[in-house]
Amino acid sequence: MEITKQEVEKVAKLARLALSEAETTAFSQQLNQIVTYVQKLKTFSTEEVAPTSTVLGQTNVFRPDEVQASLSPEQALGNAPDAEANCFRVPKIIQES
Amino acid sequence: MALTAIHKMTLAELQRKFTAGDVSATEIVRAYFLRVAHVEPKVNAYLTQCKDAAVAQAERLDQSLKGWRKTTPLMAMPLAVKDNICTEGVRTTCASRMLETFVPPYDATVVAKLRAQNYLLVGKTNLDEFAMGSSTENSAYGASRNPWNIQTVPGGSSGGSAAAVAADECVAALGSDTGGSIRQPAAFCGVVGLKPTYGRVSRYGLVAFASSLDQIGPITKDVTDAAILLGAIAGHDPRDSTSANVPVPDYLKALKRKDLKRLKVGVPAEYFADGLDPEVEQAVRTAIEGLRELGADIREIKLPTTDAAVATYYVIATAEASSNLARYDGVKFGLRASDSKDLLEMYLRTRAEGFGPEVKRRIMLGTYVLSAGYYDAYYGKAQAVRTLIRREFEAAFETVDLIVTPVTPTTAFKFGEKSQDPLQMYLSDIYTISANLAGLPAISLPCGFGKAGMPIGLQLIGRPFEEDTLLRGAHAYEQATNWRSKKPQVR
Repeated sequence: MEITKQEVEKVAKLARLALSEAETTAFSQQLNQIVTYVQKLKTFSTEEVAPTSTVLGQTNVFRPDEVQASLSPEQALGNAPDAEANCFRVPKIIQES
Repeated sequence: MALTAIHKMTLAELQRKFTAGDVSATEIVRAYFLRVAHVEPKVNAYLTQCKDAAVAQAERLDQSLKGWRKTTPLMAMPLAVKDNICTEGVRTTCASRMLETFVPPYDATVVAKLRAQNYLLVGKTNLDEFAMGSSTENSAYGASRNPWNIQTVPGGSSGGSAAAVAADECVAALGSDTGGSIRQPAAFCGVVGLKPTYGRVSRYGLVAFASSLDQIGPITKDVTDAAILLGAIAGHDPRDSTSANVPVPDYLKALKRKDLKRLKVGVPAEYFADGLDPEVEQAVRTAIEGLRELGADIREIKLPTTDAAVATYYVIATAEASSNLARYDGVKFGLRASDSKDLLEMYLRTRAEGFGPEVKRRIMLGTYVLSAGYYDAYYGKAQAVRTLIRREFEAAFETVDLIVTPVTPTTAFKFGEKSQDPLQMYLSDIYTISANLAGLPAISLPCGFGKAGMPIGLQLIGRPFEEDTLLRGAHAYEQATNWRSKKPQVR
């Protein structure tokens, strides 16, 4: 079990994290250490043991589909880094070809 | 009443004085902010102080009480709230650069309940960034310090709340507990911390770290205060679909019995194994003898899967964290890295700039264990082992009513002692994690002091929704001992 720097870079991309060279090196070493420790789970037999999905038997909760009080557009946009015309503004997504 | 006497009172004492009209809300606010100004330079418990709002609120309350004194239990009580719990109009940072300027447009349900009683918010307390850590060293705004010795950590992640209570900078506080984040700092700071049953307290407005493990709970000066504050925040909330529709009993009633007759208390051998500091073991064993003298029937029990708890936890908690923290993308709130040429670059740079090392490490680990090819081996396996851990507790609670253990393997450690070694830091959570994995209520309360004078905690774990039994056991022990009379000097 070895988490290479290439693997760290792949995971960082999935996690949308830009890592520095130093972080990639450090995480490679630290994640190896942690994942090696986690291998001990293999020593516990879980054949025919259902994985926990809810801890105390909670079930789906439904409510009538009725309009309730909610945040105003001003409140919802109040913390936005950039907003315009009641919308969150982001950098251009579709580039002109 | 002398202002210097006010901050020393427990919540129950201050309630009595306020209800009787012996002390005004304005006096309470003045006393507490004097205390905060005095010790905060040493303790650094708060990320945000709310003095102006508290003063104005106190004046309003005193005005409204003129003539006819009708109070609510938490009226004018100066409380602190961990800074990962949303407070409308008051900055909520999670001790992260990512949320440095985030001002929630709504209250968490627990805060709304306190506000409805006209409590006084002293301020928002420090934590490890996004509640990830055991020392507050992961706060982006500097660590809090342990009032008993400012060279040592207060514990974490609710270290600011525990330090604020221990240093009398508030009468009680709210924390959150995902793997011990209420109980461990309570133990390190010599105060009481209670993690309720999963679902007992609404998580609405608690900034999510690991949703299947997180719970909000009280950190207080004694067990009575924990009963009062838990009663105020517990209960079903339609806004949290995992909150339980189970009636909330009168927790103060549970404290009326002073003995532990007919109460069966289990001692799991696995919690007294290698790695437990002898001075902690001795204090806990002495406390167990104390429970026996109070009439408890002490029994040895077995929880063999305890050894898997840390590994199970760090797979499940990081997996959930990696998913929960995906929302910090620089679009709707929080930090946005400037001058990105496209959306992907904005995501990558925003998250690189906004998160600290421990949060990145956990997002990486969580993303790894959930990624294609590893999901079954890690996440699936951990959730199966979690079932084993739950079953063991269920079996144990067929023969005992409470389980008693240490809270931490050692007393509070020094700054920097573990911060360079993530795995060592994770292993210090060994005794607290299982209660979260199994959803069980657990309380930490003082049971002595180590050779260096640092507090030692005792943990009681109970059946789901039996916080009343937990409080009864803790209260009987507390009343039979006198640990709470010793206070830190803060120097």
